[in-house]
Amino acid sequence: MNIVVCVKQAPDTAATVTVQDGKVSWGDAPLVLNPWDEYAVEQALLTKEEHGGKITAISLGPEDAKEALKTALAMGVDEAILVSDPAFAGADTLVASKVLAAAISKVEAVDLIFFGRSAVDSDSGVLGAQVARRLGWPSLSLVAAVNNLSPEGGTIEVERMIDEGRQIVKGSLPVVVSVVKGINEPRYPSFMGIRKASRAEIPLWTAVDLGLTAVPSPAMTWPEIFAPLKIETKCEFIEGETPVVIAEKLADRLMEEKVI
Amino acid sequence: MANKIFVYIDHFGGRALPVSWEAVSAAVSLKTSYSSGVTAVVSGYEVGAIAEEAVSYGADEVFVANHEKLKEFRPEVYTSVLVKLMKDSVPEVFLMPNTSRTRELAAMVAVDLETGISPDVVAIDVVDGSIHATRPIYAGKLLTKVVCAIARPQILTLRSRAFKKPEPDTSLSGEIIQADVEVEDPVTEVLGYKESEAGVSLTDAGIIVSGGRGVSNNPSLTPIADITDEKGKEIWRAQQGFQLVRKLAEVLGAAMGASRAAVDAGYIPYAHQVGQTGKVVSPDLYIACGISGAIQHLAGMRTSKMIVAINKDADAPIFQVARFGVVGDLFNILPALTEALKKRLGK
Repeated sequence: MNIVVCVKQAPDTAATVTVQDGKVSWGDAPLVLNPWDEYAVEQALLTKEEHGGKITAISLGPEDAKEALKTALAMGVDEAILVSDPAFAGADTLVASKVLAAAISKVEAVDLIFFGRSAVDSDSGVLGAQVARRLGWPSLSLVAAVNNLSPEGGTIEVERMIDEGRQIVKGSLPVVVSVVKGINEPRYPSFMGIRKASRAEIPLWTAVDLGLTAVPSPAMTWPEIFAPLKIETKCEFIEGETPVVIAEKLADRLMEEKVI
Repeated sequence: MANKIFVYIDHFGGRALPVSWEAVSAAVSLKTSYSSGVTAVVSGYEVGAIAEEAVSYGADEVFVANHEKLKEFRPEVYTSVLVKLMKDSVPEVFLMPNTSRTRELAAMVAVDLETGISPDVVAIDVVDGSIHATRPIYAGKLLTKVVCAIARPQILTLRSRAFKKPEPDTSLSGEIIQADVEVEDPVTEVLGYKESEAGVSLTDAGIIVSGGRGVSNNPSLTPIADITDEKGKEIWRAQQGFQLVRKLAEVLGAAMGASRAAVDAGYIPYAHQVGQTGKVVSPDLYIACGISGAIQHLAGMRTSKMIVAINKDADAPIFQVARFGVVGDLFNILPALTEALKKRLGK
């Protein structure tokens, strides 16, 4: 199986994120592999362990965005490619999906592409579906379990986590699969993996390498980023001699506030 | 003349999702800005009743794409149907409720039409003919304005509970138009469904009762004899704790949530997780039990209209966002609160 996993670098979720001079700042918090993408990488590794093949991790980002790829390499993917070009700055998902689809088309005979459900910075969660559409492949999103994968038969059966429960869907390869947390338990990079990753050459593909002579303009702009209004809450502590007294008081307050 | 405002009605099991009507009300709010009526779009099989309902929520006309191949939602086929409709009508705006179906659908439609998409929008304004949408990024730690200035239609998915839920008015009238659709063969096959582990949809819930790591800390419980390992005992204790959370949730008709710590420790399935890598929720009332309030959790629930925290640690950060707090033992407080509310609600 030829597997591609698309990953993104993002600030650690524990970071305090603020706006400084109109730009997002996460202080000195580390940049890491987007947590959702850990599940995508792990699923690629599990698939390879079962069916054999090769995994290529691809990341679209600025030139210093190699940490996510190094983590993927350290976890065990075979190759990593950074897709980066000054012309991609300000890309929206429409442009990003075009660039990623071009990059994936450059990787030979791909059967399966994994995405994490979204990135914890932009929270868009649309790129997997958009890449699938650009490639003309089916999209299986919000995948919580792969029940069956048959490279010979060219079929895949998954469970999707939808609002109402789980939907069991069968699709055909090649296919784009976006995964959710819970599908697996991502492994920690091994010591050997980290050493291998630190030495790995990560090729850089530019717009020219992808044959994108004219990079399309983004449809979307972000004129303003701002912090949410600080909600002024003064916590009213409910106290009492016994749990029953506290519970009665709290219940009364909730009824008065008409939230129940 | 064709309307400039289109709104998509998402439905499942023969019923529209509540957020679909919120999207209709958002569409209606744009009528003055665009000097246009609202066209609702219902795609599916035997969905006539939903189309009628869309009129009662304020749609001036409803396009119905009715076809047997649309019975099960598949993003690819639905995309083709919507793209054809968009190309025929070229609206300014196409609003969708944000659901587990429409996010993907909107993404694909945007690709085919080479237009922008703003997912999970919480507020809209019209400036010079373009929507300035507000959407959370970094799980709500920040907000961004998003504008699609040139490409049309502007496609937005609207977050559940962020826009007004309208009351239906059966005296309203509107035209229902059967759209002439050709439907391609689906590329995937739906084999079936399984019940949600979460029971009630967290994103739609008006009240959520959540449990955290603290629910496993009841020292007075003695695990049943055949559990010998420490992890097994911890999970058994946690399950007893979550029973108390569940009972309170049942009395309130609430959904049950959990912190990442509780999910990662194996106390409860991931479908319940609230926070940056779980569901982002905004209920009227959020009761956090034994949740300390890590930044990732607060990001997922801080826009709740009222937060109640029950925690034994008075310094827990959850109290900084709470309206009411109880510093105490949730194993005593929760059963007492469940009884107190049962009494008041006449249950």
